Amino acid sequence: MSAFAALLARDIRLAARAGGSAMLALGFFAAVVTLLPLGIGSEARLLASIAAGVLWIAAVLANLLTLDRLFQADYEDGSLDLFALSPLSLEGIAGAKIMAHWLTTGLPLTILSPLLAVLLHLPAAAYPALLVSLLTGTPAISAIGAVATALTVTVRRGGLLLPLIVLPLLTPVVIFGAGTVLASIDGLQNGGIWFLAAFAGVTLPLSPFVAAAALRLNLSE
Amino acid sequence: MTPLDCVEGKGLACVRGGRTVFRDVGFRLARGEALVVEGPNGSGKTSLLRLVAGLLPAASGTLWVSGGDIVIEEREERGKLIGWLGHHDAVKPQLTAAELLRFFARLQGTRAQSVTAALERVGLSCAADLPCQYLSAGQKKRLALARLKLCGRPLWLLDEPLAALDADGKSLLLTMMREHLATGGLALVATHDPIDLEAARLQLA
Amino acid sequence: MFAYANPKRFMEVSAPLLPWLAGATAVAFAAGLYLSVAAPPDYQQGDTVRIMFIHVPAAWVAMMAYGFLALASLIGLINRHPLADVAAKQAAPLGALFTALALITGSLWGRPMWGTYWEWDGRLTSFLLLFFLYLGYIALWNAIENETRAARAAAILALVGVVNLPIIQFSVQWWTTLHQGESILRRGGPLIAAVYLWPLFIMAAGYTLLFFTLLMVRMRTEILQRRARTLAMGGPNAG
Repeated sequence: MSAFAALLARDIRLAARAGGSAMLALGFFAAVVTLLPLGIGSEARLLASIAAGVLWIAAVLANLLTLDRLFQADYEDGSLDLFALSPLSLEGIAGAKIMAHWLTTGLPLTILSPLLAVLLHLPAAAYPALLVSLLTGTPAISAIGAVATALTVTVRRGGLLLPLIVLPLLTPVVIFGAGTVLASIDGLQNGGIWFLAAFAGVTLPLSPFVAAAALRLNLSE
Repeated sequence: MTPLDCVEGKGLACVRGGRTVFRDVGFRLARGEALVVEGPNGSGKTSLLRLVAGLLPAASGTLWVSGGDIVIEEREERGKLIGWLGHHDAVKPQLTAAELLRFFARLQGTRAQSVTAALERVGLSCAADLPCQYLSAGQKKRLALARLKLCGRPLWLLDEPLAALDADGKSLLLTMMREHLATGGLALVATHDPIDLEAARLQLA
Repeated sequence: MFAYANPKRFMEVSAPLLPWLAGATAVAFAAGLYLSVAAPPDYQQGDTVRIMFIHVPAAWVAMMAYGFLALASLIGLINRHPLADVAAKQAAPLGALFTALALITGSLWGRPMWGTYWEWDGRLTSFLLLFFLYLGYIALWNAIENETRAARAAAILALVGVVNLPIIQFSVQWWTTLHQGESILRRGGPLIAAVYLWPLFIMAAGYTLLFFTLLMVRMRTEILQRRARTLAMGGPNAG
């Protein structure tokens, strides 16, 4: 367990250091949300109607930005070889990295989202749904993204490949997440949050195993 | 140190991307012995080390890793016996030298108290709190050596360990290796530089 | 069973089989197209109903191809079988092709039915996502240089995709009811007159045969290419 904690702590430390991925993701998230009204106009009603979708899509893109190097940095500098020879299994390594990624990307994005929602005139009634849906959905993004990034770990420009692989797999998250927020504007509950929770509940426990299988084959061929 | 008595390979072959890198390679290594693997670029020195580490499957042949009377089959079990010094240093530019060593000590389950001693041993104690991005290539290699020492594994697999090291660093490496062998350790060294080590040689074509 | 399915054996068996398969495809298409044209126009849709005979079987084969891809991937992953890897690799572009065909014909059908080329209808949207799944699979294959590694990685992706596909379809279904109510015209439902069923089934048979004919040709080409490469490299497994 202490090996797991060590890797978790190291990844969080790396992400939090200057030039680390945590600030990068937050900055990107904020920039996309800020740029949008400049492109489509600032009418409050229009912005309010698209706020849920914009926040969710920006969150997914910000996650993709940092998922790219999740395993690749450790693969390229040889750390992954040492991890594979450590007492921690590759499943444990994938699990620690997924958790660290969520703690340094998904969680900060969720915390920042109400602030950006103000810029988009999201109705007050929708804030709880926004927070709860992001809190439920972003771990699933980290989990599925980890599988895809483990598959592309040896590809030199894997970051370009990642969106194509991962976006179709992430549609349920976007649909249920944004759908939950949209419904809550009218004070409705459409069950989207439960589907989102079920999706996260299935992908989270499975993904470390699939990601480990992908890493194993990429290390051993 | 986990007991490890003998590593033996017979008829080992390695195929990568449809190309046979080497075949019918055999060796035997007992406690306190080292084996220097020599050969030109592309002859499969690194592949042989990865194969012994269990990072690469053998296309054919058998590898025995035995400690006490037990043959260690499980790859994950075998991994815990191996001290790996790869081509890449696995040094993170954002972490300080001490942070890096403490992390690997915890990951490998060894005592973190010896971090200072390990850094001192390789002559990096003054750089302990310096982010690794300020270290030179040779200093990074020394840091990797400190990690190897710190993790205290019985079987050292060293891939081109002399690269980037200065004369001082080279003699440090040799001293550390002799100590390791004297305390019953085993070592497999892949190199194309001449190495002044009293050990058996394995020539890969 | 797999012992007999090695590439050499496949080349021997497929060579005489290929003309028959191609012939059967041609016959099925001739019969299917004739019946499609001979069928009476629909009392609501008029002649545009004939697009169904092109569109619906393409959609079926597009989905079947993904199932085939996933099955071949599973066999390749578990049995480490080179022929299964080749089958999966060569099925993917065909699947993408049939998906594109289903999308294009669907949008052409949508023009007279909905008055627009694209409607965010549940099925069309699902097929668009299926198309992206195929593209991702092909891109991953092409991105990884080592052939064995590419096959294994792509196989894992295909299996992740096949598990996700029903969830994606469910979420898209859920999304369309959320945004559009139930005003969408259901196409290809159970209420099809018998005069349309026969041409539909024969066309479906034709499409399926076409898929397997093209797959066989592509697999043979791939195996021959690999042999040529091995010979050029002077490797030990040549011939």
